[in-house]
Amino acid sequence: MSPLDLTRPAGMVLAVGPELVLTAWSVAVMLTIAWRHANERDQRLAGHLALAGLVTTLVTVIWYWAAGVQAAPGAGMVAADAFRYATSTIFLVGAILAVLLSLGYLGRERILVPEYYLLVLLATVGMMFMGSGTDLVVIFLGLELMSVAVYVLAGVNRRSVFGAEAALKYFLLGAFASGFFLYGIALIWGATGSTNLSTIAGEITRLGVQGSPMLLAGVGLLLIGFGFKVAAVPFHMWTPDVYDGAPTPVTAFMAAAVKAAGFAALVRVLLEALGPVSAVWTGAVWWLAVITMVAGNLVALAQRQLKRMLAYSSIGHAGYLLAAVASGTALGAAAFLYYALVYTLMTVGAFAVLSAAGRGGEREVLIDDLGGLASRRPWLAIAMAVFMLSLLGFPGTAGFIGKWYILSAAIDAQHASLAVVLVGASVVSAGYYLPVIMAMFMRPPASESAHRETRVGRTAGWVVGATAVLLVLFGFWPNRAIDVAQRGSEQFRPAVTITQSP
Amino acid sequence: MDGLLTTIGYDAWVLDALLAFPLLGALAVLLSPVTASKRLALAVTLLEFALSVPLWWRFAPATAAMQFGATHPWIPDWGIMYRVGLDGISLFMVLLTTLTMPLAVLGSWTYITQKERPYYTLLLVLTTGMLGVFVALDLFVFYVFWEIMLIPMYFIIGVWGGARRLYAAIKFFLYTFVGSLLMLVAILTVYYMVGRATGTYSFAYEHLLSNIGAAERWAFWLFGAFFLAFAIKVPMFPFHTWLPDAHVEAPTAGSVILAGILLKMGTYGFLRFALPFFPDVALHPVVASAIVILAVVGIIYGALVAMVQPDFKKLVAYSSVSHLGFVMLGIWALTAESVSGAVIIMINHGISTGALFFLAGMLYERRHTREIAEFGGLARVVPLLATVLTVVALSSIGLPGTNGFIGEFLVLVGAFGPYPWATAIATTGVIFAAAYLLWALQRLIFNRLEKSENRGLPDLSRREVMVLAPLLACILWIGIYPQPFLRRIEASAEALIQQVRPDETVATGARPPERAP
Repeated sequence: MSPLDLTRPAGMVLAVGPELVLTAWSVAVMLTIAWRHANERDQRLAGHLALAGLVTTLVTVIWYWAAGVQAAPGAGMVAADAFRYATSTIFLVGAILAVLLSLGYLGRERILVPEYYLLVLLATVGMMFMGSGTDLVVIFLGLELMSVAVYVLAGVNRRSVFGAEAALKYFLLGAFASGFFLYGIALIWGATGSTNLSTIAGEITRLGVQGSPMLLAGVGLLLIGFGFKVAAVPFHMWTPDVYDGAPTPVTAFMAAAVKAAGFAALVRVLLEALGPVSAVWTGAVWWLAVITMVAGNLVALAQRQLKRMLAYSSIGHAGYLLAAVASGTALGAAAFLYYALVYTLMTVGAFAVLSAAGRGGEREVLIDDLGGLASRRPWLAIAMAVFMLSLLGFPGTAGFIGKWYILSAAIDAQHASLAVVLVGASVVSAGYYLPVIMAMFMRPPASESAHRETRVGRTAGWVVGATAVLLVLFGFWPNRAIDVAQRGSEQFRPAVTITQSP
Repeated sequence: MDGLLTTIGYDAWVLDALLAFPLLGALAVLLSPVTASKRLALAVTLLEFALSVPLWWRFAPATAAMQFGATHPWIPDWGIMYRVGLDGISLFMVLLTTLTMPLAVLGSWTYITQKERPYYTLLLVLTTGMLGVFVALDLFVFYVFWEIMLIPMYFIIGVWGGARRLYAAIKFFLYTFVGSLLMLVAILTVYYMVGRATGTYSFAYEHLLSNIGAAERWAFWLFGAFFLAFAIKVPMFPFHTWLPDAHVEAPTAGSVILAGILLKMGTYGFLRFALPFFPDVALHPVVASAIVILAVVGIIYGALVAMVQPDFKKLVAYSSVSHLGFVMLGIWALTAESVSGAVIIMINHGISTGALFFLAGMLYERRHTREIAEFGGLARVVPLLATVLTVVALSSIGLPGTNGFIGEFLVLVGAFGPYPWATAIATTGVIFAAAYLLWALQRLIFNRLEKSENRGLPDLSRREVMVLAPLLACILWIGIYPQPFLRRIEASAEALIQQVRPDETVATGARPPERAP
C-alpha cells in the first residue's frame, strides 16, 4: 500500500479510519438509546452494539496494521505507524473486557443508564486519538474526549454517594490537570512555534532552545498534566477515592485503558517531540517513577479493602511503567507496550473477580472476606491467584515477562539504581498480593454461608477465564507478544538521542 | 542395557523427559479420582526415579564438560534458549531429588488426609521446579525454575502445615523472594555488559562465563546480589531465621524436601554461578574470610541452638544450619578435597536429615507432639524405630562407617590448609553435633518409659520401612564405599577450582589470583 498523504483530505480521512469506524458505531449506539432506553433489555442491546463496535474497530486496526498502512513523511496531525496500532489494540482490548464485565454487572446492581456504553465508546475514541496524535492539539482533544466521558462513567451509579463523590473529585482534579496540560502546550508552542511533535523536535535543535526556561516550564507542566492522568505520585490524590467509588467495571476500565492511554501519549510526546531535551525529562520521570513505585506499594500494604488495595496497586504499576518510560529508548517503549497489554489483562481480571465477590460497589469487600474461596469456588480462586502472581511479577505469568522487559530497558539505559528500586517495590508488593492468595487458599471460610453469593456472570466468567489463560500463556510463550511490542516501538529507534553520560 | 539405552537415544532426551514427566503426572493426578491420587503420584515419582537411574552409569566421570545436554529455542529475541545439562555436581543433586520424591510421597501417605489431589499435584510440580534448577544452563531458565518452585512449597507449608503455617509460609516466601529479585537485576546486568562487549546477547551459561570479564567493573555488587540470593537459600548465618519456622511448620514431606533438596539449591548456586562468575571478589581476602567466618559461626551457632531445643523437629532444623556451614566452608576453602567433601555433605545431608525429618514425622503421627520431653524409653516399645533413629543420628553426627564421616572429614582435611584456625573451630562443631543428637537420642529412646501414653505405640509399619530402607542403604553405602561418588564428582570439582584459580591447582592460602584479561 502506498503511503497516505496526510495533507490531503482523502489521505487524512483514510488515516483516521479506525477512529471513524468507532465514532460511527458510537452514533449508532446513541441513536439506538434515544429510541429504546426503558429497561434492562434495552440496556443490554446497547451493550451488545457497543461490543460489536469495539470488535469491528479492533478488526479494522489489525487490518490497517497487517496491510502496512502508513503515512507519507511530513507534518500530519495523526501518525499511521505501528506504535499507534499497538496502543489502539491495547485500548480496544481493555474496552472490550470492560464492556463484557458491565453486561452482567449493571443489571445486577440495577444501574439503568444505557448511555453507559456510549460513554465507553467515546472514551475509547479519545484514547485512540491520544495514541495516534502527532500534534499536541490532537492529543489534547483525545485526552479531553476520554476524560469527560470517564468523569461521567465514574458517577454513573446515581444512587451511590461514593459514586457522586468520585465523579466530582475526578472532574475537578481532572479539569485542573487539563489546565496544566494546556498551559504546557502553550509554553512549548511559545518556545518552538509549533505544536507538531516532529516539528517541535526539529525546532528545538535548530533554534538551540534546549535550555530555554519557557520550553522547560512547558515540559514540566506537560509532565504534571500527564502525571495526573496516569496517577503518578504525587499527582495521585484522586485515584483511591475515584477507583473506590466508581462501579467496578468502570474502575477496571480506568485502571487499565485510561492509564495506558495517558502513557501512550506520554511516550510519543517524550520520544518524538522532546528527544533533544531528554536529559531534562529523563531525570524528572526517573524521580516520578521512584516515588510512584515506593509510595504506591507502601500505601497498598496498609489497605484491608480489596478494591482500595487494587487502586493503590495500580499506582504502583504506574510507577513500573514510568520506569520503562524513563529509559527513553525504543526498548523502553517496547517494554511499555508489552506491560500495558499484560497489565490490562491482569487488572481487568482481578477487578472481575472482585465484582463477583461483592455487592453494591464492592467497597466493603475486605481481603479477609475472600477466606476459604478456594474450597467453595476453586476455579475463581485459581484465576485470582494467577492475577495476583502476575501483578507480583512472578515467573510463569505474563507479569514476570513484563517486569523482565522493564528491568531490561532500565538496565540497558544504565538505570541500575532504578532497577533496584523496582525490585524492592516488587518485594513490598508481595506483602499485599500474597495475603489475597493466603486468604483464599489457607484460611477457612468465615461462615457456612460464605461465598454462597459469589457468582460470576456468564460474560464476566469468560473475562476471568480468558485473561487468566492468556496471562499464563504469555508467561511461557511470550514470543508473539514480544515481537509485536518490538515492531510497535521500532520507529523510536533512530529518532531517539539517548543521553548516556559515562 | 547400555546398548538398549544407546538405541533409544537416552542421553539426548533424558533431561527433557525428567522435567516434563512430573508435569504430565501432575496433570494426571489433578484429573484422577481422589482415592487414586496418592497411588498415581507414587507411580509417577517411582517412574521418574527409574528414568533417572541410568544417569549413574551413562555419566562419563572423566570429564567436567556438561553431559546429556539439550537445547530448544524459547525466546530467541532475548537470547533465551532452554539449555540443560549435567556435570558431576548436578548429577547427584538430580539423583537425590528423584530418590527423595517417591519417599516423600510415601511419607505423606497417612500424614496428608485433606485435599490430597492438590497436595500431590503440587509435589509433582515442585519436582520439575527443583530438577530444573539443577540442570538449567541458561540464566533465564535457571531464574524461572528457581522462583517457580517457591509457589508449590509456599502452598505446601501454608495449606498443609502446622499451627503457625501462615506465618511460616509467608516468611519463607518473602525471604527467598528478596534475595532472588536482586539476583534478577544482577543477571540482567551481566547479560547487558557481556552483550555489549561481545555483541552477542545471550543468557547461555557458557557464553556468560567465558566473557564474564566484561562485567568486571560491577563485579562486587553483582557478586553481592548473587550471594544474598544463595546465602538466604542455604541458609547461612545470619540469613537463617526463616528456616526453623518453615521446617517446623511444614508437613513431614515438606520438611524433608526443604532440608534435603531446597537448601542445596543455595550451595549449588554458589558452586555453579557465584564462585565461577566472580572469583576475584569471592576470593578477595576480606570477602573470603568474612564468608568463612560466617560459615564457622553457622556451624557452631546451629549446633548450640539445636542443643537447647525442646522440639525434636526444631532440633533437626537447626542442625541443618550447622551442616550447611560445613558445606560453605568446604566450598570457600576451594581445594580438591574440600569441594568434593562439600558436595558429599550436600548429598549426605539430604539423606540423613531427610531421614531424621521422616522419623520426626513418624513420632508426631504416633503421639501428635514433637516435644522431646514427651517421649522416653521408646527403645522398649518401638525397637525397630529406635534402631533406625540411632543409625540415622549417628550418620548425622558423622560416625566413621556412615556417610556423614566421609563428607566432614574431606572438608576439614581440605580446609585445614587455607584456613587452619577456622577449620579447628569448625571441628568442634562435630563434637557439638554428637552432643545434641546423642542427648536427644537418650531422652527419646533411652531413659525410663515414664509416660503412659508411650506404651503400646506401634512400631514401624511396612510402608514406613519402605520409606526408611533406601535412606539407610545410602547411609551405609556412602559410608563404606564412597569411591563411586567421589570419582564422579572429582573432575567437576577440579574444573571448578581451575576456573576460579587458574594459576594453581592446590590452594595454599587466600592469595588473590590474577585473572587473564
